[in-house]
Amino acid sequence: MAEAAKPVPRPARRFGNVALQAAFVVAVGGLAYAAIVNAAQNLAHENIASGFGFWNNTAGFDISQTLIDYSSSTSTFGRAFWVGLLNTLLVAAIGIVLATVLGFVVGIARLSRNWLVAKLAGGYVELIRNVPLLLQLLFWYNAVLKTLPELHGSMTLPAGSFLNNRGLFLPRPEFPPSFRVVLLALLIGVVAAIVLRLWARRRRDRTGVPVPVVWPALALIIGLPLVVTLLTDVPIRFSYPQLGRFNIMGGIEILPELVALLVALTIYTAAFIAEVVRAGILAVPHGQTEAAQALGLRPRSTLRLVVVPQAMRVIVPPLTSQYLNLIKNSSLAVAIGYPDLVQVFAGSVLNITGQAVEVIAVTMAVYLVISLATSLLMNLYGYSVAVVER
Amino acid sequence: MKRIATTLATTVGLALLLACGTQAALSQTLKAVQDRGQLICGANGTLAGFGLPDPQGNWTGFDVDFCRAIAAAVLNDPTKVKFVPLTAANRFTALQSGEVDVLSRNTTWTMSRDTSLGVDFAAVNFYDGQGFMVRKSLKVNSALELNDAAVCVQQGTTTELNLADYFRANNMSLKTVTFATADEAVKAYDTSRCDSYTTDSSGLYGERLRLTDPSAHIVLPEIISKEPLSPAVRQGDDAWEDIVRWTHYAMLNAEELGVNQKNVDDMLKSDAPDIRRLLGVEGQFGQGMGLSNDWAYRIIKAVGNYGESFERNVGQGSPLKIARGLNALWTKGGLQYGLPVR
Repeated sequence: MAEAAKPVPRPARRFGNVALQAAFVVAVGGLAYAAIVNAAQNLAHENIASGFGFWNNTAGFDISQTLIDYSSSTSTFGRAFWVGLLNTLLVAAIGIVLATVLGFVVGIARLSRNWLVAKLAGGYVELIRNVPLLLQLLFWYNAVLKTLPELHGSMTLPAGSFLNNRGLFLPRPEFPPSFRVVLLALLIGVVAAIVLRLWARRRRDRTGVPVPVVWPALALIIGLPLVVTLLTDVPIRFSYPQLGRFNIMGGIEILPELVALLVALTIYTAAFIAEVVRAGILAVPHGQTEAAQALGLRPRSTLRLVVVPQAMRVIVPPLTSQYLNLIKNSSLAVAIGYPDLVQVFAGSVLNITGQAVEVIAVTMAVYLVISLATSLLMNLYGYSVAVVER
Repeated sequence: MKRIATTLATTVGLALLLACGTQAALSQTLKAVQDRGQLICGANGTLAGFGLPDPQGNWTGFDVDFCRAIAAAVLNDPTKVKFVPLTAANRFTALQSGEVDVLSRNTTWTMSRDTSLGVDFAAVNFYDGQGFMVRKSLKVNSALELNDAAVCVQQGTTTELNLADYFRANNMSLKTVTFATADEAVKAYDTSRCDSYTTDSSGLYGERLRLTDPSAHIVLPEIISKEPLSPAVRQGDDAWEDIVRWTHYAMLNAEELGVNQKNVDDMLKSDAPDIRRLLGVEGQFGQGMGLSNDWAYRIIKAVGNYGESFERNVGQGSPLKIARGLNALWTKGGLQYGLPVR
């Protein structure tokens, strides 16, 4: 096992390595600096405005979906940047959750012993993986829009909602200040559910008796705030969407562009995640499954308790890549008019200010930060499920 | 040691090369065009009447004619033009970076574009204004009735800004739906995703032809902004800017003097001093721009005068049927005023 110790490298060669690396870093840094200086000089020579002074200028244009307050007359380009960024994060977050769920389901389905289920899952993966995302996005956008009725033929849904090709309009709840009590109850419910889960796991490890956790946890998270609401009689008002002359005003509006983008991104990324999950499951040694079955575990429990936890350490790195792909692919929102960061900032703001270099640099930096943060979180999770070796 | 030295030398050499700065030779556009033998013109590509290739790939339009006029003046051949379709998003970067020699793409001349983009505008060849198009079935007769309407618009245009200003000034609320290209905005309007489509009035007439049922839509009477459309060139090349500017004024002067594509050869024999100066029979006006003296003769022979180009592309001789209106000659009550060639 232990081989003869390698001779210590001679000092001269080690010094040469360090010197080479230092020189390379200096050269690359010099290149980057020279590139920036060159760009600044050329911009000045061409009388093109440069710098970030535009950040505080009034934007002047409207955005169709804003999660924070925004007004075309008073908001700045900086504010428009934040609006676009929040829209991107919204799509990315929901897309990642939905794609993961769908991807896991399809990936496991593909390994099912049921021939039809396996073939359907396989067909889905092969079809979706091989059609470009932009085409799929345009398909969903046109399919989503064309099938929905026009404004005057809106479908009325329960609870005063409307569905038409302008979007899904839901009643907007207006919370009075006394609602804070209910939010507090929700927080307590969530914390209690987490504590319950930890206690249940410890009890199971100690005594071997599994403690049901799912339904009690749900009861705590949903039931506790509900009980508090009923007891304290907090009045929640709803503002209902009204069908006006041109449009539906009031209520919460969910844009069809958002839905089309989410559907396309979810279905596309789920196909790739399904393959990653399938690879992870196949990577678990078959001996584990056999041992679990020998112990009398049913196939579903084997999957849930033995195979998938071990598969996770193989799944997490390529899964991170798929998440990053989803976040970057969300920039295709430009093609259908969803106001994400690229559309609002690298589209409208770039055009109105004309400062392409600064705007594109900021957009690239933002995507870099989001991607690095995501991969950092995923790596942390990966370390927690990694095999602990001696 | 040798490996270190060679790697160091290569990387430092590359860094120095970049540090020298790529001083692009953008100030000699005329020379570049003549050497290349072709004018590269930034055009629209999707706007009927202004810049649109037909199914055979031949480009036609008001802005297209203007580029052909420049090519006739500079290269003596109106067909030696390469048209590069540009969107509102990349038109200025294409011009700034040298990808096109001139931008002839229904672009509005505004102060911020003139002063902070590093481009110059040559001359207003089309006075336009922003308008709205709605379906007749909405029974709307004025833009002031569009409170709470959803309006489709192309991003990165003065249209976007004017729209927000107009609705705010009239205390109306608005839902904007922005798209990257005019194509998508028009398609969304066609499928009733929004109630109204807004762009320059001339563009509205052009885009209306592309809808599934052009007769079901009307253009509202309000013109809510000034949109002086002008071809643009890079800053720093005054000689090239002069050529582009005087191409427009040559076409205007020709219309004022009654010189058109059919009679320009006969007009060479005219005694009128204005016509003789314009067509280069007298005077040395072309040389100041680096062209031969019959530069204006070539322009008119190739594309005709301003009125002919207007009528052929956007006026009564075209499906758009836009009236001369503000674009009539100054002698007929319009704003087009040909600066004197003398």
